Amino acid sequence: MDTSSVIPGGVACISERQDSIQTAGKSKTAIHCADDSLAGSVSQRACVFCGARVVLNPVTDAVHLVHGPIGCAAYTWDIRGSLSSGSEMYRNSFSTDMKERDVVFGGEKKLAACIDEIVEKYHPPAIFVYATCVTGMIGDDIVAVCKEATRHHDTEVIPVESSGFISGNKVVGYRAAALALMRLITPKEGEQVEKTQKLNFLGEYNLSGEMWLARRYLAEMGIEINVAFTGDSTVAALKQAPGACLNLVQCTGSMHWVAQQLEKEFGTPFMDVNFFGAENTAESLRKIARFYDDPVITERTERIIERETARIRPALERYRQKLAGKRAAIYVGGAYKAVALIRQLRELGMEIVLTGTQTGKTEEYATITSLLDDGAIVVDDTNPAEIERFLIEKKVDVMAGGVKERVLAYKLGVGFVDHNHDRKECLAGFDGAVNFAREVYISTCSPVWKYLRTPAGGA
Amino acid sequence: MAPAGTAGTVRQVNENQCQHCMPLGGIIAFRGIEGAMALVHGSQGCSTYMRLTCVNHFNEPVDIASSSLNEKQTIHGGEANLKKALDNMRRVYAPSVIGVLTTCLAETMGEDLDRIIRDYRNGQEAGCPDIITVPTPSYSGSHTEGYWAATKAVIAHYARPTEPHRRINVIVPHISPADIREIQRIFTLMCLEITLIPDYSLTLDRQFAGRYQKLPPGGTKPHEIAAMPGAPLTIQFGATCPDNLSPGLWLEQEYGVPLVNLPLPVGIEAADQLIAVLEKISGHPRPEALANERGWLLDAMADAHKHNAEGRTVIYGEPELVYAITRACTENGIAPVVIASGTRTSRLTSCLEPLLTGLDEQPVVLEETDFAAIETAALNAGANIAIGHSGGKFFTERHGIPVVRTGFPVHDRVGGQRILSAGYTGTLALLDRITNTLLEEKHGSYRRLRYEEATRTEIREGT
Repeated sequence: MDTSSVIPGGVACISERQDSIQTAGKSKTAIHCADDSLAGSVSQRACVFCGARVVLNPVTDAVHLVHGPIGCAAYTWDIRGSLSSGSEMYRNSFSTDMKERDVVFGGEKKLAACIDEIVEKYHPPAIFVYATCVTGMIGDDIVAVCKEATRHHDTEVIPVESSGFISGNKVVGYRAAALALMRLITPKEGEQVEKTQKLNFLGEYNLSGEMWLARRYLAEMGIEINVAFTGDSTVAALKQAPGACLNLVQCTGSMHWVAQQLEKEFGTPFMDVNFFGAENTAESLRKIARFYDDPVITERTERIIERETARIRPALERYRQKLAGKRAAIYVGGAYKAVALIRQLRELGMEIVLTGTQTGKTEEYATITSLLDDGAIVVDDTNPAEIERFLIEKKVDVMAGGVKERVLAYKLGVGFVDHNHDRKECLAGFDGAVNFAREVYISTCSPVWKYLRTPAGGA
Repeated sequence: MAPAGTAGTVRQVNENQCQHCMPLGGIIAFRGIEGAMALVHGSQGCSTYMRLTCVNHFNEPVDIASSSLNEKQTIHGGEANLKKALDNMRRVYAPSVIGVLTTCLAETMGEDLDRIIRDYRNGQEAGCPDIITVPTPSYSGSHTEGYWAATKAVIAHYARPTEPHRRINVIVPHISPADIREIQRIFTLMCLEITLIPDYSLTLDRQFAGRYQKLPPGGTKPHEIAAMPGAPLTIQFGATCPDNLSPGLWLEQEYGVPLVNLPLPVGIEAADQLIAVLEKISGHPRPEALANERGWLLDAMADAHKHNAEGRTVIYGEPELVYAITRACTENGIAPVVIASGTRTSRLTSCLEPLLTGLDEQPVVLEETDFAAIETAALNAGANIAIGHSGGKFFTERHGIPVVRTGFPVHDRVGGQRILSAGYTGTLALLDRITNTLLEEKHGSYRRLRYEEATRTEIREGT
């Protein structure tokens, strides 16, 4: 049933969702967002556990133990593209594999036994224990079990209170992860961490090595990364977090709260940065240089920006010529990424006709709407039916988003850019800007669409 | 047996899962019913994770509704959310069948699903879709059990006393859409009419159509399922299916439809076994097309047997496919050294027994296991190839053992939905994949190995 020709743009498939959809230049009220997902709407969101696991999983040498029935661990086993320069422990998925009897009689004993086994086999520096729906429901006291295990073994066993049912919004899980991180990095009695001139990079998960690239730029400026939260981090490195003089925050959704805590606890100031796109990267580097207020650093920073910008300009210009005027859609998890994508796609001369996020906040949506041309659709917590409707309605050429959106786009003959946690291409920094443009180009301008859009038997 | 490394004690922790959870299997089974859509009664995350797993394997959009339970409903009951979810999915997708699958959360809450659904239906005008509930808590089993449970529930929901007719019931285990199509083709070639359930051969492997239908066309028709009790017999490819989950056994016990429970037709023996049954039922000999395919398979077996003799394989995944592939391997002189499944409830071990008797080397058989145990056993046994889903990727990454991808999920290669292993043609395709993987390894290493062997100073005893 194709109703797209008779309905005006930006209409929800379920009327209760209409307040979560806006049209730039037309809507006067604030978008409805950050609420629980509507039952039966086929939301693209996940759960609290998912949010917590995404944030913590890149801690490379920790064991990640999911306390619950098998599913939660199985679905999240090594599904993210965070890279490690050392330990590969984080790529394993541990589960307490709860059965009926554990649900009936409680899972605390089994959890303790699993921790014992893990410590005996691997002696990890830390074990994160994730609560799931069932363990939350039956009231397993994972905090007590972890406390006892920490005392018993010479390793830190940290509870993550991430029972899935608490919310369908990953943001709540980010908080559970943040609390676990704070627990890990807060110096114990008698411990002290010396202040340094290094910085922490929060909300950077080293997807396809993106943290390494940023580290290269910073090194050239004369600045060292203390530790990233949590891409390619280790337990020992995270414990040095209080020693930084500055916290950069990239993924604001997951890490703003942590940055605020670090400021409160250790007096470390923080600033938002964004390494997606050449302009954003240049701005962020300048912002960091200003903080250090050192003429040598400033001079080096300008040199990098000038050199890198000149280096990538011809490639970007080539792609721009191919892509100018094409119509793009964005649906991603966090708002910071949506904002960066709008800017990057604009730099390629493209028109953004649809933008949405799973977890954006009211003020972030205001920013997004202000960036877009009149008539563009802005949507919170959308679903396949709406995405399909809007892709057709807006005659979208290419979409940027996650795995679930990809297959839908392809079914409609729409190109796709993978901007998800599973990506294998580095999309950050100056090099990432070229990689991104290339990915937009190879999908938008692929020869396959010619055949897919031609009626059977050829034109 | 206890996995290696913890002799005598039962390991508690599961390290790298070989299976998924129960509702996922139910989702796939409901995808094989015409006009059906699944609703997962639990947290939003459950349905999203299952969608992601299906999407990655089938390369198809797989829309699954959720009752999106949150903290409040978990305490006070999920009835209102479940009803709302039913309303909303009907508004957008208009399914004619809804499969309501529970999660561990809903089951732990003690939701009285049947009462809620009865109540929901009572409040509806005519035209309410058929709603079929299946309890599928993750703590009770894997996606394999969920698949059988949902298939059985659908049949039990629709089956009615029916006048005898000619259409044969065919019940398939969780196999690829391509394998379903191959099985359908074999029955067609044998001039037999069938009701195949669950038929997701088109719904989970759609053709490009330029536009998107929210509910894909295809699937077993409910009125045909209703008539399954009138069939002359049921052929179920479920040698490993436990009795309490067996849809075919249920039809036999409830309606007296004779059950012929066969292994999947993978490997020459199992394919012959199926064709012999079909020849007997139809009264026709196999047509030339099938005879040719059998001949090509035999020819390939001869051509490849020496290469295959070098294979020492790990076979893992869902019991039915593991059993089928083990048969294909032993027929071809490929030594199964580890046979493993993450599934708890199956008859895999007893099915394997007669097959393994008389083998030169007894394989390690692991049920309800994880990849940590499979990996240890594989290394102890000196495996040089693995056959199974993408969960075995660490065999290659960590130990250089190649994985022939088959089963579910295959998320790190394209085309999981069209991996063909059934019938003579499928067996040949499977065999070629295995043989060529062994050959690729051989050609990549034999020059170096021969040199190393010939220049090694010490001579090992007994070799």
